[in-house]
Amino acid sequence: MHNPQLDIDGKLKHLLTIEGLPKRILNQILDTAETFVGVAERDIKKVPLLRGKTVCNIFFENSTRTRTTFEIAAKRLSADVINLNVGTSSQSKGETILDTVDNLIAMHADMFVVRHAQSGAAHFIAQHVPDNISVINAGDGRHAHPTQGLLDVFTVRRYKPDMHNLRVALVGDVLHSRVARSEIHALTTLGVPEVRVIAPKTLLPADVEKLGVQVFHDMKNGLKDVDVVMMLRLQNERMTGALLPSAQEYFRTFGLTQEMLNHAKNDAIVMHPGPMNRGVEIDSSVADGSQSVILPQVTYGIAVRMAVMAILGGRQSAGERNTALQAASSMAPGGIS
Amino acid sequence: MKIHIKNGHVIDPKNNLNSKKDVFVAAGKIASIGNAPDGFIANQTIDAAGLVVSPGFVDLSARLREPGSEYTATLKTELQAAIAGGITSLACPPDTTPVLDEPGLVEMLKHRAKLLNLAHVYPLGALTRRLEGKLLTEMNALSNAGCVGFSQADNAMTDTLVLWRAFEYAATFGYTIFLRAEDYYLAQNGVAHDGEIASRLGLKGIPAAAESLAIASILRIAQQTNTRIHLCRISSAEGVELIRAAKKNGVQVSADVSTQHCHLTEMDIGYFNAHANLKPPLRSTRDKNALCQGLKDGTIDAICSDHTPVNDDAKLLPFAEAEAGASGLELLLPLALKWAVDNKASVADAIAKITSHPAHILNIAAGDLSVNANADIAIFNPQAEWKVQASQLKSQGKNTPFLGQSMLGQIQYTLLNGQLSFQKN
Repeated sequence: MHNPQLDIDGKLKHLLTIEGLPKRILNQILDTAETFVGVAERDIKKVPLLRGKTVCNIFFENSTRTRTTFEIAAKRLSADVINLNVGTSSQSKGETILDTVDNLIAMHADMFVVRHAQSGAAHFIAQHVPDNISVINAGDGRHAHPTQGLLDVFTVRRYKPDMHNLRVALVGDVLHSRVARSEIHALTTLGVPEVRVIAPKTLLPADVEKLGVQVFHDMKNGLKDVDVVMMLRLQNERMTGALLPSAQEYFRTFGLTQEMLNHAKNDAIVMHPGPMNRGVEIDSSVADGSQSVILPQVTYGIAVRMAVMAILGGRQSAGERNTALQAASSMAPGGIS
Repeated sequence: MKIHIKNGHVIDPKNNLNSKKDVFVAAGKIASIGNAPDGFIANQTIDAAGLVVSPGFVDLSARLREPGSEYTATLKTELQAAIAGGITSLACPPDTTPVLDEPGLVEMLKHRAKLLNLAHVYPLGALTRRLEGKLLTEMNALSNAGCVGFSQADNAMTDTLVLWRAFEYAATFGYTIFLRAEDYYLAQNGVAHDGEIASRLGLKGIPAAAESLAIASILRIAQQTNTRIHLCRISSAEGVELIRAAKKNGVQVSADVSTQHCHLTEMDIGYFNAHANLKPPLRSTRDKNALCQGLKDGTIDAICSDHTPVNDDAKLLPFAEAEAGASGLELLLPLALKWAVDNKASVADAIAKITSHPAHILNIAAGDLSVNANADIAIFNPQAEWKVQASQLKSQGKNTPFLGQSMLGQIQYTLLNGQLSFQKN
């Protein structure tokens, strides 16, 4: 089966999930992101890489943070940005996803950033757009949130450059988390030798160990000697579905306190994709403590999203050049004879 | 009308026929097999050299979408698809709109099917009113109207007491209950087998235990109430094991599997292919192998198409939102034959699973070529290769996970009531 994310030359065409992407592409994105970290620190925070391109943020599921970071990333690349909260417009009028997408194609968008509550929605859209449009998955159901996974490994790489010698623990609701899945794939693809998940059995998906992780059900053993702790968000509705008895009990058993964190290595870093539930999955003193890199994650998120858009936009531009060259060369013989 | 089918290889599992013989049809019935009856002069001769002549196929589950969903498919298009697939008798589940819970609806469906004269339609009546799992239907009246059994289709039966009483009531009259076993709560909102693939794709899973728990309760109630039960669309190895044990213990149980589940697994979801969104979900390779083995050792009695035409728009959605189901009438034969090839079973074994066995389950006079039986006959080329293409399917439902795949085995002629009703051009 052809990988729908890569074009015929093995270049990134869409970013839908980390799973199945070769290490060279992950490194290409991370290395490109390094070059963009500096852009934000300049007075003029813009580069002209996507000038004349239109990026369309289509959010079928509400989001402020992710949409904003994509918007900033696109604008820093000089793209025009359109934001569409479909959750509050067409879909409620009964329009199908494809109708919405077709309309935007007709408006000549170049890139779609898509968030949807259903797993596979980004793949579905990518299958139905013309070849010159790239789709970036900004989160689909429980499936994937690849730019979050990338910005997380980017952060890890910045603080712990020797990826081949790391122990990473993901803590919390892996079952419902697209972030967890993307983090796991990103870490294992980049050669992190030991990835752990720590969660109650009700919050782990079936056969999770087949994703290449070690499973722990208690914090002390799970956090022992880890270099990186990645916390996952716990949504309040998990209490109503008989998955957990209460937020208090969850915090007591799986919440990250300084006492728990002391089981990890002394220089371990703490990450969280946000938004945080303080006092549910993480103690404020840890979230704001010296080991926390939660705010740098947000900063790097913009650089990583710029990198993804620049790479996809670069492929598009190269494609246009090729088409132009082909058009020119195919006209030439006729012109001469 | 007298028809002479000559030079064909006759396979009739019920009568243990498996050799080259001529078939003589007169007045809508099988007149004789082998030698012509005295004074037989054929109006029509079909040369079946190189072809297999078998009883017309009997499909245990085909949704015809009438009444209520004519936009998706009509009785006419789907019965044309059936006959093109060699299917001359089919049972249809009661989940139409309205539900088949009134004798008048059943009579209307039977009547309209009869007018079309394309295949015999045997409705399964609703076991409970509106399939809500609360109140019993008038099973006796529905049976008199033409229902051959009672079913909940894909609707759950969460109230064990209602289930128990429905069994007792059906057993009073000797009716068979057809159930797809699935625990409502464990399956709720699920769209894929709860295993590695669903975990990777972030799809809500339905554990195999949703099926096995339900089968275990159904079998126990069937045993206690002495009810004849048919378990539809088995999907798990655990399910096969429970049925195997129940049969050994003398429970009156039969079971079927769909052509999809004989050949596909959760892996076939690939990158969220909505055509692989099925009820029950496609499970692991181990489950698929157990289903195939169960068919071979007789634990599972029949293969059905589980034909469920879905219109394109209802499939053009993200995986979990897409309507479940596959179009399958025209693929029943080649996929049954493929089961035989893949599992070292004989062609006759495959034919039995789509003729005499399902006919026995439905308790209808069909699925064999006995003298004086209805001349419903399928004539096919077991070696003919063809490719599944949407444009070539007669069914209005073009939704099948087998699109683009090559099939071996193609219907050349189908006879219904001794008349040639389909001929491949």
